[in-house]
Amino acid sequence: MSVRLRRFCTWVLALGLLFGSTSLFAVERELIGAGATFPQPLYSKMFDAYFQQNKIKVNYQGIGSGGGINQLTKKTVDFGGTDAFMTAKELQAAGAAVLHIPTCLGAVVVIYNLPGNPKLNLTQDIVADIFLGKINKWSDPRIAAANPKAKLPGLPISVVHRADGSGTTYIFSEYLSKVSNEWKEKIGTGKSLNWPAGQIGQKGNPGVAGYVRQTPGAVGYVELLYALQNKMAFGKIRNKAGVFIEPTRTSVSAAADVKIPDDTNVSLTDTDAKDGYPISSLTWLIFYKEQSYGGRSKAKAESLAKLLHWMVTDGQKFAEPLQYSPLSKQAVLKSLKVIKSMTYGGVPLLK
Amino acid sequence: MTEMCSVNGIGMQDINEKTETADMTAKNTMDKSEQRFGKVLLLAAVFVVVLLLAILATLVAASIPAIKAFGLTFFWGTTWDAAAEKFGALPFLAGTLITSFLATLICIPFSIAISIFLGEYFKEGVFSAFLRSSVEVLAGIPSVIYGLWGLFLLMPIMRAIEMYLGVTPHGVGLLTSALILAIMIIPFSASIGREVITLVPGDLKEAAFSLGATRFEVIRNVIIPYARSGIIAGILLSLGRAIGETMAVTMLIGNSNFIPTGIFDPSNTMASVIANEFAEATGITAASLIYVALVLFLVTTVVNIVGTYVIKKVALEASKEVT
Repeated sequence: MSVRLRRFCTWVLALGLLFGSTSLFAVERELIGAGATFPQPLYSKMFDAYFQQNKIKVNYQGIGSGGGINQLTKKTVDFGGTDAFMTAKELQAAGAAVLHIPTCLGAVVVIYNLPGNPKLNLTQDIVADIFLGKINKWSDPRIAAANPKAKLPGLPISVVHRADGSGTTYIFSEYLSKVSNEWKEKIGTGKSLNWPAGQIGQKGNPGVAGYVRQTPGAVGYVELLYALQNKMAFGKIRNKAGVFIEPTRTSVSAAADVKIPDDTNVSLTDTDAKDGYPISSLTWLIFYKEQSYGGRSKAKAESLAKLLHWMVTDGQKFAEPLQYSPLSKQAVLKSLKVIKSMTYGGVPLLK
Repeated sequence: MTEMCSVNGIGMQDINEKTETADMTAKNTMDKSEQRFGKVLLLAAVFVVVLLLAILATLVAASIPAIKAFGLTFFWGTTWDAAAEKFGALPFLAGTLITSFLATLICIPFSIAISIFLGEYFKEGVFSAFLRSSVEVLAGIPSVIYGLWGLFLLMPIMRAIEMYLGVTPHGVGLLTSALILAIMIIPFSASIGREVITLVPGDLKEAAFSLGATRFEVIRNVIIPYARSGIIAGILLSLGRAIGETMAVTMLIGNSNFIPTGIFDPSNTMASVIANEFAEATGITAASLIYVALVLFLVTTVVNIVGTYVIKKVALEASKEVT
């Protein structure tokens, strides 16, 4: 055998070992997901427990909701995660039917930095007008009227928002669009917005929280989870029923006490639920309805369906210890229905 | 393996072509390996050009939807509204140019002072070595650390200044980011400046001294003119770095998508808006962000080309002046 041929054979063997082993043997026992960062700690915990039980490894990367949708559309992941239900345009770009199932609930809170950090009551229009820049002093009579007991300083309000595109911004702006016509017309709903001039943007929950912490009189919005972990002061928000609601695990879960449609596309902001915190939202996992695409094996499709089934049933017990709000019973039932509609070559995957 | 092959080859050749001298054979193989070496070098050089063109092509290809939708109006559009899908890059273009030129302006006196001090006054000794390595360490600090430092120290100071002056106390904004950028780029221009100042020939300086020139006169009339092109090159290099700097600026600029009206206003830069929004962008928003990247690419290219031209011209004048 000539040297060249021998070398060629070695290369082929080496390449074969490198790629062959990973793709031929390991792939059935591994699922890949990517998307929203908000539920990532919960997912990590869930997937770790799932690996202990079923020896199926799930790799989830928190690259943001938009990234999750992109990756699923490009079919580079088995499932994606998103904080906002996919838009009609995004669904169209996906090429085939995409299903959503909710996994847990999140909430956005309004944080502030005031002397003594009193617990403030905030009405819908106070929140909207602060972020529209129309209320610019803490001593504003409207804030005082909602908080007769609090001592409010004459500090100017510095508004800080998320500079990066974010599901948190989406939920917050969706809420404000529902409660304020002016917000809806001027700013609208989205992951990144055209904020009023003169406001500060900071990157991520840590950026917003850090600016608020350093600036007396600042106000911003972050995930409830982040505010709790970092002991930030946040306000009660008045909901549709007229009650000032303290954001907690229970009041966020209560926001989902509404009728959930079959595709689980429900917006919980400005919820009708009497005890529900009004800036709450579901976070979803997304995946294709027809699982036979791009040469995927049936075994893989089945393990994905089983994983999703586990996440909305047994997996829910991991939510509360991590401060997440678990799904309501109705949401679980609807999710199971969605999972059962998954097919492989037209045949349902789970019975 | 290759070496063994070629050694075998030489052996074979020697046996087959006994008539030829060993000297000739060695020369032939030398030529061959020389050619091969040349080819490898050429390949590496071509690769860089291909890479540059590939980046440009990718940016253009990925931004086509945005180019089609907004065309050249992108350059003077002032609204950046992802919800309404209306995009214009002027606020970011303005933010990038203002912060980086302001930073360069702040950086010039300091970096020239440092390079004269380290290149002329304190060339040797422990103290000089210590200073020199301090400057180099400054250049190596990751920008996120500058950003954090700015957030914890510079921002409250700026807030205090703004309150004293009676402007809206944001703490972050154009001036804050320009200051942090200046601190970040001083080490670059200073170490290049020091390098060229130490290269000024001793005879030139001695000649000036022998004519009765004072140290200041020597610096002003000999060293600076001689080293001018190098100093300017260093400053332009740091301007390039300031234009592309992302992390520290993102943390301190305030990320407000409006054309700033004052030096204390929050603003935004091209690099920073891309870093912030790209992860969550889809469709036309993503294409517009890539369009911004293309604009940034063009701006850096223009700055580089102008820079090279200026350096050449200045070097020519300087050589005329000194000789």
